[in-house]
Amino acid sequence: MLDVIKLVKVNKSFGGLHVLKDVDLEVAEGEKLVIIGPSGSGKSTTVRCMNFLEEPTSGEVYINGELLTHKNKTQIVRSSIAMVFQQFNLYPHKTVLENLTLAPIKLQKVPKAEAEERAFKYLDIVGLREKANSYPTTLSGGQQQRVAIARALCSRAKIILFDEPTSALDPETVQEVLDVMIRLASEKNITMVIVTHEMGFARQVADRVIFMDDGRIIEQGPPEHFFTNPTEERTKAFLSKILR
Amino acid sequence: MIEQIFTPWRWQNLFTEWPLLLRAFLTTLEAAVLALLLALILGVIFGLMSSSHHRLPRAVARVYVEFFQNTPLMIQLFFVFFALPYAGINLPSFTCGVLCVGVYTGAYISEVVRAGIGSIPRGQFEAAYSQGFTYLQTMTLIILPQTVKIILPPLVNQCVNLIKNTSVLAMIAGGDLMYVANNWATNGNASYGPAYLICGVLYFCLCFPLSTWARRYEEKLKRQDIRTPEEVLETEAMAS
Repeated sequence: MLDVIKLVKVNKSFGGLHVLKDVDLEVAEGEKLVIIGPSGSGKSTTVRCMNFLEEPTSGEVYINGELLTHKNKTQIVRSSIAMVFQQFNLYPHKTVLENLTLAPIKLQKVPKAEAEERAFKYLDIVGLREKANSYPTTLSGGQQQRVAIARALCSRAKIILFDEPTSALDPETVQEVLDVMIRLASEKNITMVIVTHEMGFARQVADRVIFMDDGRIIEQGPPEHFFTNPTEERTKAFLSKILR
Repeated sequence: MIEQIFTPWRWQNLFTEWPLLLRAFLTTLEAAVLALLLALILGVIFGLMSSSHHRLPRAVARVYVEFFQNTPLMIQLFFVFFALPYAGINLPSFTCGVLCVGVYTGAYISEVVRAGIGSIPRGQFEAAYSQGFTYLQTMTLIILPQTVKIILPPLVNQCVNLIKNTSVLAMIAGGDLMYVANNWATNGNASYGPAYLICGVLYFCLCFPLSTWARRYEEKLKRQDIRTPEEVLETEAMAS
């Protein structure tokens, strides 16, 4: 099967700080990949290299077999990759509906009526049709993140990156966002790369779990094996801290 | 003493010649509107340049801002009006005034725009780039519209400065309010008092509503706890 994302010897430094060290990674079409690890381990940077929000200091990133460069990143990201952020990053000067239709109308030249129809379809999926004309700041964190997921879906991108989507949420709203993501994970043709600290969720949706520490991939495997029989000491230490 | 400055006949003379003042007032208004337009265009362009990640546009914007902020408007005007003709560039005084006031205020407005862009969270840029918006689309569709609300008060204050600064036109016979008032006052009848007073009142009528609105609007923003560009500049200054 085609690897929709492929990282080859990716390194990333911020000033003198070397955050990614020779990361090699392939993600198959339709795969649900979960990346875990302590903070500062490079998991967010890894995901942000996949859509060139961070451009690697060295190494290569391939999307659907095509080498991602500074020149073609906008075009490739536009058609193939969507992202959901920790802080939602909805556009506060636009209504929920406008947040969902802006990119399709401006970038994919979808007619307005069609873009809105599409937006309502995804708002139904995340259960927020009645908020279409609200402004993001009037919504709860969980609602905002569900809108952000709907916005990602509106692009019709087949790859969706999630960078700690529930870390900024109040505890009582975490589950509503996870529920939406779990439903999304049942879509066979959507590739999901998820950075998260929600281990129960990871176990439930992941096809593969990756553990990162100190800028490297330490261990990876299917969730049942990963959570019950980790082989690396660092993985064991991390899991014992986080799974209590 | 006072009566000598403000004798009734001096006022009478002034009011019989009010069409003259009206025309001058309209000239000032016209110069202000045109200069403001120019200043806004330059302000946005150089504001964007100074927010760039690339060094060259940032440096160019820096030079523009520092040059025009740190030399008197009057010298810039005199240079354009009196020196440039020797290089074969002859501009009418009104054009000179609009050009100089516009370019001068543009430097201040570009700083306002820069601070406005700086007050928008990084996540907004990232969301836009992650959707595949280009730099220009990101700025025009997502970032600049969000800055409008916060930069309006300082922008209006710059507009007030601009209106007052159009009075430099008087120095090159620009036909503006200051020039005509001054002419009239010194035209043999020595009616300085009424002339400058009326002149000042007219400027005040233009500027006071604007600056009052800006102050009220800013207070409203403060209540909504939105970071103003001034605060952004302050934190920047503290950090450096």
